[in-house]
Amino acid sequence: MSTREPREEGRAARIVEATINGDDRGVLVQPWQTLLEVLRDSLSLTGSKECCGNGNCGACAVILDGRLVNSCLVLGVEVAGSDVRTIEGFGSSGRLDPLQQAFLESAAFQCGVCTPGFIVAASALLHANPTPTERDIRWWLAGNLCRCTGYDKIVRAVQSAASSLPEREVAPG
Amino acid sequence: LTIIQPRVDRAGPVGTSPLRHDGVDKVTGRALYGIDASMPNMLIGKVLRSPHAHARIISIDTRRAQSMRGVHAVVTWKDLPDPGDQMLAANEQGEAPIRFKALNMIARDKVLYHGHAIAAIAAVDGQTAEEAVKRIDVLYEELPAVMDARAAMAVGAAILDPELRTRNGAAGDRLTNVALHMRVLAGDVERGFAEADVVIEREFTTSTIHQGYLEPHAATVYWRPDGHLLVETSTQAQFGVRSELAGLLQIPPSQIHVTPLEIGGGFGGKTTSWLETLAALLSRASGRPVKMVMNRAEVLLASGPAPGAYLRAKIGATNAGKITAMQVYAAVEAGAFPSSPLPRVAHCAAGLYDLNNFLIEGDEVLVNKPKTTAYRAPASPHCSFAVESVVDELCRSIGQDPLAFRLANAPKEGSLRADGSRFERIGMVECLEAAQSSAHWRSTLDRGSRPIRRGRGIAGGFWINGGGLSSVTARLNTDGTVTLLEGSPDIGGTRTSIALQFAETLGMAVADVHPIVADTDSIPTSGMTGGSRTTFATGYIAHRAALALRERVIAGLAKLWAVSHDDVRADSGLFTAGSRAATLKVAAQLLAGSGVDLSVTLSDRVPGVGPAYAVHIADVEVDEETGRTRVIRYTAVQDVGRAVYPPYVESQLQGGAAQGIGWALHEGYWYDSQGRLKNASLLDYRMPTALDLPMIETIVVEVPNPHHPYGVRGVGEVPIVPPLAAIANAIRDAVGVRVTDLPITPARLSAALAARDGTQGGATAQ
Repeated sequence: MSTREPREEGRAARIVEATINGDDRGVLVQPWQTLLEVLRDSLSLTGSKECCGNGNCGACAVILDGRLVNSCLVLGVEVAGSDVRTIEGFGSSGRLDPLQQAFLESAAFQCGVCTPGFIVAASALLHANPTPTERDIRWWLAGNLCRCTGYDKIVRAVQSAASSLPEREVAPG
Repeated sequence: LTIIQPRVDRAGPVGTSPLRHDGVDKVTGRALYGIDASMPNMLIGKVLRSPHAHARIISIDTRRAQSMRGVHAVVTWKDLPDPGDQMLAANEQGEAPIRFKALNMIARDKVLYHGHAIAAIAAVDGQTAEEAVKRIDVLYEELPAVMDARAAMAVGAAILDPELRTRNGAAGDRLTNVALHMRVLAGDVERGFAEADVVIEREFTTSTIHQGYLEPHAATVYWRPDGHLLVETSTQAQFGVRSELAGLLQIPPSQIHVTPLEIGGGFGGKTTSWLETLAALLSRASGRPVKMVMNRAEVLLASGPAPGAYLRAKIGATNAGKITAMQVYAAVEAGAFPSSPLPRVAHCAAGLYDLNNFLIEGDEVLVNKPKTTAYRAPASPHCSFAVESVVDELCRSIGQDPLAFRLANAPKEGSLRADGSRFERIGMVECLEAAQSSAHWRSTLDRGSRPIRRGRGIAGGFWINGGGLSSVTARLNTDGTVTLLEGSPDIGGTRTSIALQFAETLGMAVADVHPIVADTDSIPTSGMTGGSRTTFATGYIAHRAALALRERVIAGLAKLWAVSHDDVRADSGLFTAGSRAATLKVAAQLLAGSGVDLSVTLSDRVPGVGPAYAVHIADVEVDEETGRTRVIRYTAVQDVGRAVYPPYVESQLQGGAAQGIGWALHEGYWYDSQGRLKNASLLDYRMPTALDLPMIETIVVEVPNPHHPYGVRGVGEVPIVPPLAAIANAIRDAVGVRVTDLPITPARLSAALAARDGTQGGATAQ
């Protein structure tokens, strides 16, 4: 319940129903909450990170109805009826997704805070282009900042995942 | 990854590349960072920050905020006790009175930089807290801002702190912004320059730079009714946070419990406390847990960036290619309060070469910018930028190959250090030789044609590295695995680099070691993860803990087998006495429930630090029409002592190089004339993206540190040192202009190219 004042027409919280990582969820969403805040604060899906809050860093990347978006730039109320896939939706029953496995084996992270965003963004890349060149990867991932690695091992992890993947396995959503 | 190493026994875990113990948590998003903390019934805290760089606070009126629904606490400087003259424990930036930290946490009578905290509010949610912050009414009297070191040192400059007097200075009782003067002299500099055939002197400036860790500062704090303070935070130094809070809040450290959560990058910027103090005050005032997270603008405005500096470097050499003397002056911006890496300037400048005559001087200067904090090899990038740029000019002047010149002047065992001591075994010569024989250095560069010009540059880097206090607890579990509590936050793979050393010493598989980063109640005091010390020092203590645990197992088996202690032999994890034998796993089972204590806690200061050297080679491509520089090939060569965990050693080299490239080409704080920061976002504070960098080739040289059981030297910091000059030297090589101000943006380089063409009378010169 909002405790802010003054209470204005149209500023009331509402229930938003959406499919989150395959589960149908109904969430009470404040009109000012971003999708990222709904994921992190209401659904405890803290794998998506808020590191800039304005779309500059990519750490909050999720797949929204098949499209790669920065969830800090989407309002929670906008996702009613949508399908959202976050980093928590990658891999299944204790098995890592091939991209997660590639990041792990390629040592493609140090602190790891940007890693969920990179994996989500890279999955969208491999869906759009299963055989990316180094430049394709660098171009696609230019919206994701990493301050630890210098990107070398991230690029190699994506190359490695691309070369080992049967097609469609990385389909978002 | 190329590893150049002496002949060593490679049988054990050290030097192998297992998956990280915390790896799965980090690729699945399950790892909990400081920003992910949460406590039941918590409030959200927000900060009111100064819009002015320098102003007197006339009044703060919080009544409108306080009366808002949903607001539970408002605090100002009145809520923080006066710390008197206590000193703050030394960190990488040195020691300083705690009152400066208190004033930096929350302003009293003056604000000293854009973003300086003035008040904090805790409310039911972030939205309410932000609205309430806007309802705090502050009256300011604006004062002139001083925004760089030389302006702050000028006669008549506005004074930040009228009580400040220069330490070690000649100014006496005069008002000043200079907090510290530093002077280190060795040999006879006048005679050295007189013996030189060529003397070159240049001036340099570098901008304020941010560490740029992706995870913003965050603190979740509960001041319990019984007086105990629970702190969950993102830090490189959980014990440092504890001691700072004890000093700032004036409560005993034993009542403060700091849990370091996963840390989303730090690079030195998280070696000190930030939001913890305000969150604690808000929690005390509200009686509820309070979570605070900086937004990105706040991180850039009001955390602790690395200092901008003015430097002057003068170096003399003979025509035969021998350096005869070096003189360096540095004015280092401390930010709004004293303490800076100025004392490191002497070490870092003089450490680059084998010198007999040098004079290193400097001033630490207060300016109306955020108080600086450590950033990866503090002050060394500045020094390398100045010295290695001048050396490049010297080589051109006397017609010497820059690598051959550096080899002839490289510091080595016995070379003089700035503190008057002599280097022990160091690896600069080996790094230069490795660079010389590298595929990159031996390749031919297509130098391009107008407007695209290419060039190659090299530069060296030095860092002293740190040792100090480390603690671990090792416990042999009944299943034969070991739980290893480490006092060092893991910022990039040190759980595993420490576990590898422990496993090798005890003779067990590294997968059977379960490393845990410990909170302040679970382990004795441990130094920060910083100073490139963790794999070196905490690894060393883990090695000693493994030896001690092995003795415990031997003692237990001796008792069980009814033989003397000396009859039990331990080799590669196998314990034998006559015909009896037990692996560690079997021994663990045999001794389960026997009452033999199979846990060891060790805490000690680790001496024998091995300094780090690096040489980087950069190829750049300059578009003379736009002034844009791209790095097209890059090689980092570094002596690491021993690569305990090779993929993460390589990653330190690559990540440090990337940060240095950003420093050279893109990054800097841009202030307007009133001292307001104009680029407080990650769009405008321009860190390198994947598209800005090539693959970064690495050559890891292993010249073992004789004082460490596995030969380890610190690795993490020195990779940021060489890129600044390597890039500037490559640009000089490409287009014939020496740029001495960082960052070398397209605008700056275009201006330099225009000047070149003006003085040379033609756009096609070179």
